[in-house]
Amino acid sequence: MDLNTLIQMLDATVRLATPLLLACLAGLYSERAGIFDIGLEGKMLAAAFVAAAIASVTGQVYLGLLAGIGASLLLSAIHGVASITFRGNQLISGVAINFLAAGLSVVIAQSWFRQGGRTPQLSGEGRFRSITLPFAESLSGVPVLGPIYAELISGHSILVYVAFLTVPLTWWLLFRTRFGLRLRAVGENPAAVDTAGVSVIGLRFAAVGICGILCGLAGAYLATGLQTSFTKDMTSGRGYIALAALIFAKWRPWHALYACLLFGFLQVIPLRPDLITNTLGLRLNGQLLEALPYILTVVILAGFVGKAIPPRAGGTPYVKER
Amino acid sequence: MTLSTKFLGATAVLALTAGAASADPAVLFDLGGKFDKSFNESAYNGAERWAEEAGTSYADVEIQSDAQREQAIRRFAESGANPIVMAGFSWATALNDVAQDYPDTKFQIIDGVVEQPNVRSVLFAEEQGSYLVGVAAAMASESDTVGFIGGMDIPLIRNFACGYAQGVLSVNPDATVVANMTGTTPAAWNDPVKGSELTLAQIDQGADVVYAAAGGTGVGVLQTAADEDILSIGVDSNQNYMHPGEVLTSMLKRVDNAVYDALTAGTDLETGIHVMDLSNDGVGYALDENNAELITEDMQAALEDAKQQIIDGEVTVVNYNTEETCPALDF
Repeated sequence: MDLNTLIQMLDATVRLATPLLLACLAGLYSERAGIFDIGLEGKMLAAAFVAAAIASVTGQVYLGLLAGIGASLLLSAIHGVASITFRGNQLISGVAINFLAAGLSVVIAQSWFRQGGRTPQLSGEGRFRSITLPFAESLSGVPVLGPIYAELISGHSILVYVAFLTVPLTWWLLFRTRFGLRLRAVGENPAAVDTAGVSVIGLRFAAVGICGILCGLAGAYLATGLQTSFTKDMTSGRGYIALAALIFAKWRPWHALYACLLFGFLQVIPLRPDLITNTLGLRLNGQLLEALPYILTVVILAGFVGKAIPPRAGGTPYVKER
Repeated sequence: MTLSTKFLGATAVLALTAGAASADPAVLFDLGGKFDKSFNESAYNGAERWAEEAGTSYADVEIQSDAQREQAIRRFAESGANPIVMAGFSWATALNDVAQDYPDTKFQIIDGVVEQPNVRSVLFAEEQGSYLVGVAAAMASESDTVGFIGGMDIPLIRNFACGYAQGVLSVNPDATVVANMTGTTPAAWNDPVKGSELTLAQIDQGADVVYAAAGGTGVGVLQTAADEDILSIGVDSNQNYMHPGEVLTSMLKRVDNAVYDALTAGTDLETGIHVMDLSNDGVGYALDENNAELITEDMQAALEDAKQQIIDGEVTVVNYNTEETCPALDF
């Protein structure tokens, strides 16, 4: 395997890891505040649909992005009202959101665009284009570092850079600010936060809101960055893989980045069966290659992570003592 | 509940059963949905054409999961629909059970074989149509490397790949055919993101023409091919219009004709196995104003030549479904 092939594979890894990373960080905020969220998948799907629909109607991808975030926030609000205000079961609310998004997106798309639950193809200003970073052209001649900069780091859509910058931002917000301390506390011991005179409900809604924004970015990236239209069930389980990555990362931002890159890379391996044949010298069965990411996920989660302890108050609605 | 609402309800139920008891034919679509721009949409177009010409209507359903198959067929059979046409090999198991319970109803399955006296099984010679687009791909390729992206890894799709590879090698024996399958579950028909990534991976390996036989996943393949300025080949329906000037051609599988013929025959539907191939225009390649500049005169002559040779039996295209091995491609 030469350097160029490796760079191409890592390039694909970055593209495939981005939606995982955004969804994983979304889950991180929510779960750190004590609200389990298995509705990441549904929120991404709704955002993907609305972003593609609005972008195709207006021709402006940024309007689509805003609308997608709005749709995701709406579902977040439903999750928040159900599980924070009315103290419902967070898992059931999350599952309901997944079903709602999977069904509604296709039905609305069909009655709106009449293209079988698909949105029209975007072009021009209607889609995120890849950005060429400064000096990428002139530096590409430099050995080793040149191609890495020009191919791997440059040439992604803006949402990829947003996703990677969200990692240090999340770390700073959670571990270096007062808001972050309170947010983590509300997931560990909400009674203590309440005693200190800080609103548990308010903090949890804030966390669920941030989760909605990040899921909106992830969905919009799928439909208007990676693809140019919404198709039925286009998230294809990425929300659940993000949850697995979140547990793998033990609810820590930098580890979430590494976990998502690993899961992204595992998805890239089956794309290049020829390389595996060349490197290992034997031909692996196609089905085995397809299963490889999932087998490795189970092995990693069961064998290498050690004990992953979720935030202590996760999953339990907060009831003020009387 | 008041008495009047009870009566209303009873009337509504009566009206519903009365509507369902008429002998309208029924069309059952597969998981991709009837607007998949591909296989199911072709079936839908055939049914619509029949409905328009005959001036009547037909019942249809798009199932959402495999578990609904038997229930869907049984409900239409129970309501008196005849004939019942279903698109997709996945219906075979359920149909085999249901067909025995309704001996007076005629069924048609497309892409699958069900050996019951009241079932017509329509098979397409996909390997022949794919052979032709393979010839076109090999002639259009400048890098001598062409790609194939399949949906779910099943013998049916391998048959597409195998026919394509045979066509490519017939023109250029030194060409490389890179073949990938999207997945091993039905989700592989609806993953355009993975379709895009597979296309990019094949471009890295030198492919400059990519043939997608992958349902909704193909949308991503065609898009990425257009973005990266290489040629793509569509499948089932004519997909040339999706990216005018960048889709080399489409392998046509005239599912619409199969559905149209079945609905036209009505209850007189002839049962047994029926193969649609090049000789009866069941498969072919698409030529329209969108790809007129891409298909050169040489190419068109070669395509017609190959077509005639296959019809005359001078060239035999190996069928993966019956041979279970491919001479041109190693899976």
